[in-house]
Amino acid sequence: MEINFILNGKGVKVKTHPLRRLLDVLREDFDLSGVKEGCGEGECGACAVLVDGELALSCITPVGSVEGTSVVTIEGYRETAKYRALEEAFSATGAVQCGFCTPGFIIAAESLLSKTPRPTPNEIREAISGNLCRCTGYSGIVEGIKRASERGEGLW
Amino acid sequence: MKNKISSSVSRIDTPEKTGGKASYIADIKLEGMLHAKTLRSERARARIKAINCPNLPEGYFIIDRQDIPGKNSVKMLIDDQPFFADGIVNYIGEPILLAVGPEKETVNWIIENTEVEYEDILPIFSVDEAKDPAKPPIFQKNNIFAEYEIRKGNPEKAFEGSHRVFEKEYRTGYQEHIYLEPQGVIGTYDDGRVTVYGSMQCPYYVKTALIHGLGWNEDMIRVVQTTTGGAFGGKEDYPSIIAGHAVFAALKTNRPVRLVFDRAEDIQSTTKRHPSIIKIKTALDSKGTIIGMNVDITLDGGAYCGLSPVVLQRAMFVSTGAYNIPNVLVRGKVLATNNVPSGAFRGFGAPQAIFAIEMHLNSLAENLKMDPLDLKKKYLLKKGDPTVTGGKLREDVKMPRMISLLEDISGYRKKKASFHKKNARDLRGIGISLFLHGCAFTGSGERDKIKAKVKLRKEDDGKVSILVSNVDMGQGPQTTLRKIVSKILGIPFSQVLYDNPDTDRVPDSGPTVASRTVMIVGYLLSRAAEKLKTEGKTEVTEEYIQPPYIEWDQENFIGDAYPVYSWGANAVEVSIDPDTYEIKVESVWGVYDVGTPIDEQIVYGQIEGGISQGLGYATIEVMESREGGLMQRSMTDYIIASSVDFPGAEKRLIENYYDYGPFGAKCAGELPFVGVAPALAAAVQNAIGVPIEKLPVTPEYLLEAAEGGN
Ligand code: FES
Ligand code: FES
Repeated sequence: MEINFILNGKGVKVKTHPLRRLLDVLREDFDLSGVKEGCGEGECGACAVLVDGELALSCITPVGSVEGTSVVTIEGYRETAKYRALEEAFSATGAVQCGFCTPGFIIAAESLLSKTPRPTPNEIREAISGNLCRCTGYSGIVEGIKRASERGEGLW
Repeated sequence: MKNKISSSVSRIDTPEKTGGKASYIADIKLEGMLHAKTLRSERARARIKAINCPNLPEGYFIIDRQDIPGKNSVKMLIDDQPFFADGIVNYIGEPILLAVGPEKETVNWIIENTEVEYEDILPIFSVDEAKDPAKPPIFQKNNIFAEYEIRKGNPEKAFEGSHRVFEKEYRTGYQEHIYLEPQGVIGTYDDGRVTVYGSMQCPYYVKTALIHGLGWNEDMIRVVQTTTGGAFGGKEDYPSIIAGHAVFAALKTNRPVRLVFDRAEDIQSTTKRHPSIIKIKTALDSKGTIIGMNVDITLDGGAYCGLSPVVLQRAMFVSTGAYNIPNVLVRGKVLATNNVPSGAFRGFGAPQAIFAIEMHLNSLAENLKMDPLDLKKKYLLKKGDPTVTGGKLREDVKMPRMISLLEDISGYRKKKASFHKKNARDLRGIGISLFLHGCAFTGSGERDKIKAKVKLRKEDDGKVSILVSNVDMGQGPQTTLRKIVSKILGIPFSQVLYDNPDTDRVPDSGPTVASRTVMIVGYLLSRAAEKLKTEGKTEVTEEYIQPPYIEWDQENFIGDAYPVYSWGANAVEVSIDPDTYEIKVESVWGVYDVGTPIDEQIVYGQIEGGISQGLGYATIEVMESREGGLMQRSMTDYIIASSVDFPGAEKRLIENYYDYGPFGAKCAGELPFVGVAPALAAAVQNAIGVPIEKLPVTPEYLLEAAEGGN
C-alpha cells in the first residue's frame, strides 16, 4: 500500500504494509535514527514523535494511520528555535546523561509547551510521565523544561 | 571551601544526544549487514537431544557451538559459561544458536520454526534447593561458586560471654537494570581481523573473551565502544557473550552481523541484581552494648558464575556497614541455581548488605528503646578504627557533621516525635540510613589484576587526546576526565579530545566499573597531564601505582579492602495508605562525601538517578522467578519509576580531600544507590510499626507484616 504524509515538513510517499510500525519506517526507510526504540510496547517514550502536533509513540503507531498527517521527528524539530531553547536548558540543568531517552523527552516537552507555555513543575511531571529515564531521576529534565519555558520568550 | 574544579560546565555530549545525532549501536548501518536472532532455551535445566531447524532459504545461516573456532566458554572469573549451550541448558533464556540473514522477518521465522528436543534434568530453583544433595549439582560437587569467611577479633568468645543475642533474617529480591538502550553489538570480519562495535562498559573484557572464543592472537581483534545508553553494571560482562555470537556469525558469513536485543529478550536473558538472604546475630552485654556479630550472607548466583564471587566479597566487606563492631564473623556463599545468571548492578553486593545491617540496627534500637540514629552514632567508624577486614581507616570520617546536616534539613527528630503521636489512619514515617562505599577494586586488585595504563598525546594541532578504555555510559567521564586534563594543562576544555574507546587506539585502563573511572583513571590522567606539561613530551603513558599505605592479603581477606571510602546519609519520609498500604514517598534527603566533586552537577545527577533507582528497588521494582522463569518479561510488567512516582531529592555534598584522587576526588557513581532502600524501609517501619525485613516493600508484604504484627 502507498502511504502519503508530511515528514519533517516535506511530503513523502512510502510503499509498505500499513501495519508496519511507524518507528521502523522512520528508522529504516528514512534513516531517522534519532527516534529510539527503548521498549517497543508503548511504555518508555523513547520513540516519541509529533503527529499533527500531538505526541505519538511511533512503536505502537501503524504507519497506515499517519496517512495525510504531518509527522515531526527530532531530526525535523532540532532545526527550530524552540528546540534550541530546550537544548540550552537541558544542558544548563543537567537533564541528559546517557541520552537515549532525551529526544523523546524533547518531543514530549514540545507537546506540553505548545499547549501550556508556562507549566508548573507538577504539570511538567505529569506531562512527561509517559517517558522513562533510568539515569537522571527526572529532576534535571523537569528543571530543564521549566527553564526553557521561562527563557524561551515568545516561543511558545 | 569549594574546590574550583567542582563548578559545573556544560556536558560535552549533551547537544548531539539531545538532537538525536549520537549513534547508538542500533543506529549503525554497515554495507551488507545481516541480522541475527538467538534461539534460547525454554527449559530451566535439560539435556538437548536434538535440534531441528527448518530448511534455510538462500543466504540464511545457523551459527552454533560448532562455529566457534576457539573455546566454547566466555572468559570471566571461572570459565563455566558457554557461548552457546554445550549439550545442556541451565536456565530459561540460555543461548543455543543464532539464525542470521538479510531480512529480520525471515530470521525470526527460522527461530520460531526451530524445534529443540529436551530431556529434563532435576532443576534447582532456589538457594535452599541448591543445598539439597538429592539434586544433581549444577556447578562442581556442591553448587558453591564461592564461599568465604572473614573474622575480626574473637566472635566465638563474644557470643559465649553475651548477655543475650538479637537475631534477624533479611531478604532482597532481583532488580533488572532497564538501561534504556537494550544490549547490542555488531561484529565484522575483514582482512583476517574481527571488529566488534557495541554498547558496553569494558572493551578489554570483550577483547579478552574474543581471544579465548576465537583462539586468535590479540592483534587480530578490535573492540570499539559505541555511545552507550545506560549500563549500571548490566553491560559489564554480558556484552562479552553477544560479542562472541556476532563475531562467530561474521566469520561464517563473511558479512557484518548485527545482534541487537529487543526489550523482552533483554529482560529475559541478561543478568540481574543478586537476590540475597542475610542473617545477622548480634551479641549484647547486660547493658545492651554490642560485643559481637555474626553475619551470614547467601546469594543466588543463577546458572553461571559470572562475577558472583566478587559481588559476594563486596557484600561481605561492607556487611557491618558504617560501624565499628567488635568481634565479627562474616560467612558468605554464592550458590548455583537454574535461574537467570545474576551479575553486576550498581552497588555490586553492597546494597543487599547495607539494607540488612541498617534494618537490623533499626530493630535492635527499637528493642533497646533507643532512636536508631542514636544507636548508630555510638558505633560509627572513625579515623583510625579497624574495618571488618582489619584494615585501618585512614581518612577523616565526616559522618558526624553529615548526620547533623541531614537531621537539620530533614527535620528528622521533630518529625519522628510527631509521627509517634499519629493515629492509625494517618500512617507517616521517617527513616535514616548511614552508609559507605569502598572505592574501586578490592584490596590490591587495581595493582595485581587491573594494572591500569592511560595515555595522553599531544596532536599536531595542539589538542590533547585522552587515550583510555573507560566509557561514558551516561555517568559523565567525557566531561569529567576532560575537565581534569584541561585544568592541569591550562588549556580550554574544547582542546581535549576523548573519543569512544577503540582497543586499537587506547591502552587498557581497566573496566568502567566499581566507581573507579574518576578516582583511579582520572588520577592517572592527572599525573600524565602534569608530566606532559613539565617534561615537554608529546606522549605520556602513566601506569597504576598502588598508594603505599595499602596492605591487603587476598587469601585471607585481611587488611585494607578498599583504598578509601565514600560516605553517605539518607533520610526518607513516607506516608502510607491505611487501606491499600500503597507507599507514597513524600521527601528524600541525602548528604554525601565523595571527596572533591569533579563536577557538581554531574555528581548531583548521579545522586538523583541513584535515588530514583534505589527507591524503585525498595518499592515498585518487583521481579520474581518461578520455576526458573521470570514472571516479569516486559516494561509493562516490570515497573521503573516515572516522573510522577517519586519526588526529587534535597542533596548536599561535604568536601573531603583524598590524596590519591584527582583534585581530591573519590568514588561517586554507586554510593547514592546504596543507602536508599534501607532509609525507605526504615521510614515504612516507623510508619506502620512493624519491622521491615524484605525488599521490595510491596503493599502485599506490608499487609502481611501488619496483620502478622497485630
Ligand atoms: S519504544 Fe515506543 S514507547 Fe518505548
Ligand atoms: S539519560 Fe539515560 S535514560 Fe535518560
